[in-house]
Amino acid sequence: MNRQPSLPQNRVSRTAVMALMFVLALYFLLPLYFLIVAATKPQGDLASTNGLVFSDFQLMDNLHTLFTVNDGIFARWILNTVVYAVLGAAVGTLISALCGYALAKFRFRGREFLFSVILGGVLVPSTALALPLFLLFSKVQLVNTYFAVFLPSIVSPFGVYLARIFANAAVPQELIESARLDGAGEFRTFFSVSFKLMSPALVTIFLFQFVGIWNNFFLPMVMLQKESLFPITLGLFTWNGQTARTPVIQESVIAGSLVSIVPVIIVFILLQRFWRTGLAAGSLK
Amino acid sequence: MRRGHRPGAGTIAAFLTPFFLPFVLFYLVPIGYALWQSFLVVRRSGGQYGTSYTAFGGFEQYVQVFQNDEFWASIGRIGMFGIVQVPVMLFTALVMALLLDSPLLKIKGFFRTTAFMPYAVPGIIAAIMWSYLYSPQLSPVIDLLNDIGLHPDFLGPGAVLWSAANISTWLWTGYNMLIMFSALQSIPQELYEAARIDGAGNWTIAWRIKVPIIAPSIVMTTVFSIIGTLQLYSEPAVLRQISSNISSTYTPNMLAYSVAVGNNYQQAAAISVVIAVITFVLSFGFMRLTSKKAGL
Repeated sequence: MNRQPSLPQNRVSRTAVMALMFVLALYFLLPLYFLIVAATKPQGDLASTNGLVFSDFQLMDNLHTLFTVNDGIFARWILNTVVYAVLGAAVGTLISALCGYALAKFRFRGREFLFSVILGGVLVPSTALALPLFLLFSKVQLVNTYFAVFLPSIVSPFGVYLARIFANAAVPQELIESARLDGAGEFRTFFSVSFKLMSPALVTIFLFQFVGIWNNFFLPMVMLQKESLFPITLGLFTWNGQTARTPVIQESVIAGSLVSIVPVIIVFILLQRFWRTGLAAGSLK
Repeated sequence: MRRGHRPGAGTIAAFLTPFFLPFVLFYLVPIGYALWQSFLVVRRSGGQYGTSYTAFGGFEQYVQVFQNDEFWASIGRIGMFGIVQVPVMLFTALVMALLLDSPLLKIKGFFRTTAFMPYAVPGIIAAIMWSYLYSPQLSPVIDLLNDIGLHPDFLGPGAVLWSAANISTWLWTGYNMLIMFSALQSIPQELYEAARIDGAGNWTIAWRIKVPIIAPSIVMTTVFSIIGTLQLYSEPAVLRQISSNISSTYTPNMLAYSVAVGNNYQQAAAISVVIAVITFVLSFGFMRLTSKKAGL
């Protein structure tokens, strides 16, 4: 991409720059490498062997323990996380897309006002909402249910903001007009024409919302007491607090951490280009 | 100019309602409810054993928040955290983004990916991973440092805040780097050609041309980092499980939670409102300050 005649001094700075970046890469990889090594060790070796060197390879035993301890509740936590984060982000993306599309393509009174309310919502810290939501939900008996975490999670003002930008950029007005002239209703136009054009952007919105829910620890912690409703993060946090009394659970915390982040890391790396389009759109407008 | 058509009100409502209904119920109503609660007080009639009732208390809860030493201590901690961690993280992210955008670097994909990877890890799990690296019994890092004669205590009273800051830095540097990098990638290359003809080197181009152009992205990452810092919860909550140097009121959010657990919901609501107001003021203040400086 960038071409430049190489000057003699360039070699020194090239080496320095590569060295710096390698040190940083090492820093980012260190905890993950440690986690992989630790997940393969028997519990007794965690403290007695070097944490960066493999000892007895017992990954399968550790995974077996992970999925059988507490009647195999970890599998339930995975399922719950999928419901909260994957299903929640999917529903959230759909409603953000509808709303953002309408704000971009329809003209009506109060449009800019609604949009600025949503923009204000982007700046509201989500943890500030968790405690009042808990009080409201306890009045309507929603605390300690799937809905307590799922329903607030589907709302993403940032998703609407992105959807509006993407709808403006990706859906030409002429296409909507011609679909209208063909007699298609607004919903049909949206789902058959605009949705397809917006789909790369919708992947980006989905990813952002997935991360938001996957990362939001405070809300489930405030809302849930039943272990059978926990997402992975809350479950591992609870186990981690028990390691002082029951040290064996430590190996399950480690194996559970590894099992839950590896698939997400792989998906994120495969979908890198969607992040970059989203981040560029979010920052320049 | 953008055109747009005017479908019927029913159609527009059908598009907007699926988002706005939950937005109102789970965003606006809780904000209103927290505000309302924060102006209430629980009083007792007839002494300590009398029946309790809720009454309007004006700013009483807020006065209590501002007279609470624990509140100011928690603000002081995240203030220190923010003043150090946010610049360190964003400066690292900016340098990485500039290097990834420069001709000096090879295997860029590898560096970009390793830096971004922590973004896939939830804060709780990142904190658990790092807490093992901080633990004197388990940490290979401490073993290595012991070998060269250093004996750090990552969980000690002076260090534990910075151990939490390191977890946030690890988590978010790559994300911020990618925002800045995406902005850099959208600068037209011709701009650099022109500067090169004028004799500008890589260094000059980076700091005099690239950085000013991506200033809006840097402002945005700063605002998001301020919001994140004020919400700090996961990292200290995990470190609290292995360090006695983190109290249950270590950050404002931890304070709000522990007050709520103590059933003082009105006080917890007031703390939540104060955190949200501080967040707003700092975010907007920073945006205003930087846009004025840029002469906009």
